[in-house]
Amino acid sequence: MLPEGLSAESLRDMYYCMVLTRTCDDRAFALNRQGKIPFAATCQGHEGVQVGAAYALKRGTDWIVPYYRDTALAIAFGVTPREQLMCLFARKADVFSSGRQFPNHYSVPHKNIASISSIIAAHVTHGVGMALAFKMRKEPAVTLITFGEGSTSEGEWHEALNFAGIHKVPAVFLCENNEFAISVPQRLQMAVENVADRAAAYGLPGVICEGTDPVATYLCVREAVERARQGGGPTLIEAKCYRAMSHTSDDNQLTYRTAEEIEALKVRDPIPRFEGWLKERGLIDDGTTEELKKKALAEVNEATDWAEEQPPPTEEDLYTHVYASGPLS
Amino acid sequence: MATAEVTKTQTQSTMVQALRSALLEEMERDENVVLLGEDIGPRGGVFLITEGLIDRFGKDRVIDTPLAEAGIIGAAVGMACYGLRPVAEIQFIDFIFPGFDLLVSEAAKMRYRSAGQFACPMVVRSPYGGGVRGGGYHSQSPEAYFVATPGLKVVAPSNPYDAKGLLIASIRDNDPVVFMEPKKIYRAVKNEVPAGTYEIPIGKAAITREGKHVSVITYGAMVHVALEAAEIMQKERVEVEILDLRTLQPYDSEAILETVGKTGHVVVLQEAPRIGGFAGEIAAFIAEEAIGYLEGPIVRVAGWDTPFPYALEKAYMPNAQRVCRAIKKSINF
Repeated sequence: MLPEGLSAESLRDMYYCMVLTRTCDDRAFALNRQGKIPFAATCQGHEGVQVGAAYALKRGTDWIVPYYRDTALAIAFGVTPREQLMCLFARKADVFSSGRQFPNHYSVPHKNIASISSIIAAHVTHGVGMALAFKMRKEPAVTLITFGEGSTSEGEWHEALNFAGIHKVPAVFLCENNEFAISVPQRLQMAVENVADRAAAYGLPGVICEGTDPVATYLCVREAVERARQGGGPTLIEAKCYRAMSHTSDDNQLTYRTAEEIEALKVRDPIPRFEGWLKERGLIDDGTTEELKKKALAEVNEATDWAEEQPPPTEEDLYTHVYASGPLS
Repeated sequence: MATAEVTKTQTQSTMVQALRSALLEEMERDENVVLLGEDIGPRGGVFLITEGLIDRFGKDRVIDTPLAEAGIIGAAVGMACYGLRPVAEIQFIDFIFPGFDLLVSEAAKMRYRSAGQFACPMVVRSPYGGGVRGGGYHSQSPEAYFVATPGLKVVAPSNPYDAKGLLIASIRDNDPVVFMEPKKIYRAVKNEVPAGTYEIPIGKAAITREGKHVSVITYGAMVHVALEAAEIMQKERVEVEILDLRTLQPYDSEAILETVGKTGHVVVLQEAPRIGGFAGEIAAFIAEEAIGYLEGPIVRVAGWDTPFPYALEKAYMPNAQRVCRAIKKSINF
């Protein structure tokens, strides 16, 4: 029996989305090591939680307020490989910021993706304001706000959840707990065992799910989204996952965890695990998985070549969009 | 403005009344205008700017928030990006710093970082400035931080009439505005404020007093200190022109050049500490663009470069005597 709300086709789409993201992610690091792009951030190990969450939302109605590690979430919400590669190369036609922001700092209003900065947890407050705006304007949208467990130490995170709990805004808070804030392990970030335990302080349900499993995350987020849509208020979900690589292309995780620890995490890789799940249910076979991996590679190759050819912003672009009326001087 | 009908509807108002009427009229005009802040509901705000508005518009449009400035400004950013026009009150501008990040990193950069796809039409209103025995944390003038942030606009009215027109313009503006209210003159200064809606354009200065010997360029509550100084100098046959900037970012460079061209002597007056202050920007601008007009040094009058004191407030605040000394320094060069 298939999980409620998911067809065989959508499950295969979810799998493809995870594979496509992984291919983009590997490409970003390769381009960085080749000196072609200045910076890359990874979501490897998070693909399950992100794709599962995206499929629990109503496309075109609901909004996501992501953070910088949400490549799979953005791709599942309609960002294309070309768009992803354009932001990596910081080209003028980059649809997120026209080359003004770091990679993975999305701003895609026509795909219901909010604008984010690099300030940890600042976007959580915006997500709450946005959800309040939807509620006041009687729009049916639910806002999914995502963040790492590191964010939950920030004052802004607390202020946002406190506000959300009081006003029962139609939002879902999804923590992608990968156990590290760059190099600082969870035990040095919080005295509680689970981020979900913090929910009690805001009068919210706190729920834990296995974040490397897209179906488990989907079911959990789906319930929270429905609750929010019915006016039942927000939920704090903690999806336990892991970070397979260094924080970014500028980090070296071997300075704070051992090669053995990193190797041991590989058994949790969401992609082979989900592949196994689909195969057990006869929803996919070896031929199809190989075909989809090839397709993803071809898409990312095409997007890379295309994006690399696009022109960068020019100096005149420096002065646009400072104010509605243009720059001041 | 000068017609008999308009005059009939004008009354002598305080800045508190003028600001309240701006909020009320804008909320009636546009249901997307919402207020949020600490104690702004039944309490009406600690300075009573929002008094009665919750009864009129309900708790969904006049939101009493938790004590959380980042939460207030951050929620306003989200609301502004998605169709509302939030007006957030920060109880004293000294309390804005927990929410500073949301203004400087988020509101100010929303348009730029999304290449124009998102805008942040919001106002953060806040009382600023000394002279009310508020001590170190209810008295400061931190405008320089905001002026130094491209993407923000900064407004500081000096009288009730301007306060109403500038607040209406700020609410209607499509970019984030830090609206600094000089609390010392919330009730101390009255002038004619029409009942109807009107805007004073952001970025336009006003000549408060005409004179031909020296220009005092200032804003907010300090306009009244400049007026006092001008009266004193008048007795010495020095005619002081006072330029009230009204908006600090963008500031009215044309009006500055005009008054400097007219008098050739400049005093820039601010309440904030001198070093790194906004007066320095005005002085630098004049030095760059109008050195040929100058017949004496540009002199700044400012607060001292110390934290804002409690017992020694009077010694700290710029007063008419200090402004007169600066005027003499400029004209006796």
